[in-house]
Amino acid sequence: MKRSHRLRVPAIAVVATAALAVAACSSSSSTSSSPGTSSSPGTSSSTSGSSSAPLTASAPGITATTITIGSHQPLTGPAAPGYSEIAPASAAYFAYVNANGGVDGRTITYKYLDDAYNPTQTASVVRQLVLQDNVYSIFDGLGTPTHLAVESFLNAQKVPDVFVASGCDCWNQPAADPDTFGWQLDYIREGKILGQYVAKHFAGKKIGYFYQDDEFGMDGVKGLDDEIPKSMVVARQTYVPTNTNVGPAVAALRAAGAQVVISFSIPAFTALLKLNSLKLGFSPTLVVSNVGSDAITLSGLLESFAKQGGATVNGNQLTAGIITDGYLPTLGDTSNSWIALFKKIHDQYDAKAPFDGNVLYGEAVAYTFVQAMLKAGRNPTRADLLNAINAGLPQGPAVAPYAYASTDHDGVTGAYIGIITNGALVQQGPVYTTDASATGAVTTYTGAEEQAPASGIPAP
Amino acid sequence: MTMRPLPRILGAALVGAALVAVLSMKLNAFRDYQIAEIAVDVTAVAGLTVLTGLSGQISLGNGAFMAIGAYTTALLLLHLGWPFIAVLVIAAAVTAVAGAIVGVAAARLHGPYLAGATLMLGVALPSLANAYPGIFGGDQGLNVVYSAPGFLGVNFPLTRWQAWVCSAVAIVTLVLLANLARSRVGRNWRAVRDDEVAAALAGVNVARARVLAFVVSATCAGMAGALLAVITGLVAPGAFTITLSIALLTAVVIGGLGSLFGAIWGSLVIVLLPTYATDVATSHGLSTTVASNIPVAAYGVVLILVMLIFPQGIQGGALWLLRLLWNKKEGTQ
Repeated sequence: MKRSHRLRVPAIAVVATAALAVAACSSSSSTSSSPGTSSSPGTSSSTSGSSSAPLTASAPGITATTITIGSHQPLTGPAAPGYSEIAPASAAYFAYVNANGGVDGRTITYKYLDDAYNPTQTASVVRQLVLQDNVYSIFDGLGTPTHLAVESFLNAQKVPDVFVASGCDCWNQPAADPDTFGWQLDYIREGKILGQYVAKHFAGKKIGYFYQDDEFGMDGVKGLDDEIPKSMVVARQTYVPTNTNVGPAVAALRAAGAQVVISFSIPAFTALLKLNSLKLGFSPTLVVSNVGSDAITLSGLLESFAKQGGATVNGNQLTAGIITDGYLPTLGDTSNSWIALFKKIHDQYDAKAPFDGNVLYGEAVAYTFVQAMLKAGRNPTRADLLNAINAGLPQGPAVAPYAYASTDHDGVTGAYIGIITNGALVQQGPVYTTDASATGAVTTYTGAEEQAPASGIPAP
Repeated sequence: MTMRPLPRILGAALVGAALVAVLSMKLNAFRDYQIAEIAVDVTAVAGLTVLTGLSGQISLGNGAFMAIGAYTTALLLLHLGWPFIAVLVIAAAVTAVAGAIVGVAAARLHGPYLAGATLMLGVALPSLANAYPGIFGGDQGLNVVYSAPGFLGVNFPLTRWQAWVCSAVAIVTLVLLANLARSRVGRNWRAVRDDEVAAALAGVNVARARVLAFVVSATCAGMAGALLAVITGLVAPGAFTITLSIALLTAVVIGGLGSLFGAIWGSLVIVLLPTYATDVATSHGLSTTVASNIPVAAYGVVLILVMLIFPQGIQGGALWLLRLLWNKKEGTQ
């Protein structure tokens, strides 16, 4: 009697486990088309005859047939909505390159691990990638607070830390952190470009700031203050990502009579700002930084937040008229060669994800990595990759040139102003470029934009 | 079997130290880092298992005590540049004071009310870093620079040194706690846990015993926070969310409530399981959305299994198995 009872408990446990396993499997079968690590075998027959030196294991993470790189990404947790699409999109681009001859005949294996946007987990997963998996480089590590946790470790280990997915000015310290490079338009430049537009088009209006209370928001405000006269700014309100109650901040903006609100916020908080404004009957012109303004992500968030609050809204109606900036071509511009290329690759390798700003970002930054690898040489060491980027990279998909030089590790240097119309970003006027200093002017960029290569793979 | 407790505890500690030394030399640098991570968790979980298992109080706020220890460490290393051993002592002392303050309040609360109060601590305290960014560096946190001592040579791997330092602190903590649990203090805790009225009638100062348990538990968490600060090199509020406090409690329950050996099992599970599950998931070519959720699911499965099969935790299960084998052997003779 006693014995049978003792057996019953393990039996329940086994059944419970089996049920969970079945649940896990059923969800995996529906989405198993995009593998976490992209390493489809490449056709290494295309090794060009121009240089016939044999491929060697020239650096950690590089063998005669593969290049292994790693990243930390918020695949779960608060920053996952939207941002979790970036790494799979990069992996899709690498899969395309691998299927078309690879980089000098080597295939790229991209191993990205989840840090849940928690700096302690970032420290742990990056050590795993560097110390155990021996990656050649950390690529596109996402987030300012998370990546700051590993920047000094990567530089001490002399691991190339390329194209950090954050516009913090902190990646541009070539003397202290020679192995770290930014990629996207930094928030100071972005603040200056948005600030100049607002100062010119909304002269005499009352302006309010709403920004994330960290390096991201403060860098943006630094740029805004360079361009907008202090007397125009009637309110400066902040939020922290861990507190979703932005009601008091929005009420303060309204009480100050702000007619234009400039927001340096992540998508979730742009949506909260908009919804709280609606609730208060407050409808200023909204100007939002690029990272917080992807129209598709924003529209989805607005609808789901409103639903949680028991209301129904039309996301595209609410995003209409938001002014923002862009440093990659607009998604709706189907005649653009880059959009055509990245849409094609997306449809082939990453079709489950929506083709939105995050996906475009992931593919474009992966393209830049392949550019840099091809420039680094046939059998590159880690130092070769740094030297290749320090010598400057061709513009690629961005609308303005990169700042890369041995004394400058900032990425894209300019952007255009755009307005969201019918759920899509529409470019307004020319591309502006500027520098990250307080005095440097914002000027119209006159250089031509590059065309995407027909093969989809950068020329060496 | 009839060995006196102190030599037995010291013996176990020596075996543990030898094991860490051998493993840290044999395994690669990342495994060394994981040993350090496990040791950090052992230090914090051991304090919590004593609080919950012996004195019968629950805490959902030990992550906040880790934050206090970590920020104390970061500020001292950053501004004063003291040697780590001194910093560790100060960090432990500061969290002990914090633990005493919380303990005085907690001694009046029971069950869900105590859980609620400590939960509030765990949620609210880390946001102080955002309220005073000038001191605590806001959301970005503070960077901590900590290197291996010079006499080991330039090529000595930093992660091995970190594994040694963290394991040394964890082992000393375990030895002290094991002795404490067998002393009058430990007996008083158990008496208070089982029946407060009876304990008070027997002359035990119930309030003092409860506050002391909180101080001990907070001190352990503070030391764990100090260790975490030096191994990750960064102290930021994102590291000390409520998830951390709950992970510590999970480790206590998985390992076996009130058992110091259980603290080791629990820490092994919470550190190694996510890495292992991710490796398995990605190597089987699962999609990102599934693979990234596998560690969370595995965590849940382990928790369910342990609860159903070994309600006394892994340590309880291991003892039960040993006893079963022992009885079989006795029976065949």
